[in-house]
Amino acid sequence: MVPVAYYIALSAILFTIGVLGVLIRRNPLVIFMSIELMLNAANLVMVAFTRIYVVLEGQIFVFFVMTVAAAEVAVGLALIVAIFRTKRSIDIDEMNSLKG
Amino acid sequence: MSVDLVLFLVLALVAIATALGMLLSRNAVYSALFLVLNFATVAVFYILLSAPFIAMSQVSVYAGAIMVLFLFVIMLLGTENLPPSRSLPWQRPVAFVLSVILAGEAGYLLFVRKTASGAVPEAIETFGSPVAVGRALFNEYLLPFEITSVLLLVAMVGAIVLTHKEKGER
Repeated sequence: MVPVAYYIALSAILFTIGVLGVLIRRNPLVIFMSIELMLNAANLVMVAFTRIYVVLEGQIFVFFVMTVAAAEVAVGLALIVAIFRTKRSIDIDEMNSLKG
Repeated sequence: MSVDLVLFLVLALVAIATALGMLLSRNAVYSALFLVLNFATVAVFYILLSAPFIAMSQVSVYAGAIMVLFLFVIMLLGTENLPPSRSLPWQRPVAFVLSVILAGEAGYLLFVRKTASGAVPEAIETFGSPVAVGRALFNEYLLPFEITSVLLLVAMVGAIVLTHKEKGER
């Protein structure tokens, strides 16, 4: 059995890569994917702690996080499509006004 | 080196490489495909951590549904490649410094303070099996489960309303 600290270190690395993606990328779709990567890293650490303490609640919580992520992606992509319809561009630097 | 450790190290390398590929590739379609591979490796980690139900839902929900939705939107909008814009030239180095600080903090908490150095207990045979997860989900966590279904319904309605075209609009 691999020490659980390795899994936590791996998920810390993945989370950092996700943060970096949100900060440096310009394409909102890639920023969205980076957010998914961060959610995934958090799920991984939650399952790892579930394995240490042998409680099932962590896995239940990961299941709920997955459904919330699915809902978030559906609404977020719909927002991106709506922004693209009005602005004809999805560059994150041009999304600087609240009025459409 | 046990088989588990070798498997973990190889898959960890794949996971980090695919995450970096997602971050660095210029084309958004390549980013999405790298992320699919990353989700698949994380699903294998879930199996190694004795969570097979979570692994299966990871593959079907994340790698299946969510990433297909991403690919649809990328190809619908035709925005695979955005021209580079340089409105804030200092943003990139500042982002790198902040990320290094974040990784350093995580490493400090993990390896210097030894937050998670507990020994791993032996796995019980049925721990994390779909039967056990289903029992917990439909007995103790029935109300959150139902609320989740309402949440998904609201998200679906919201997505339809946001992308709906009014009559007469082009």
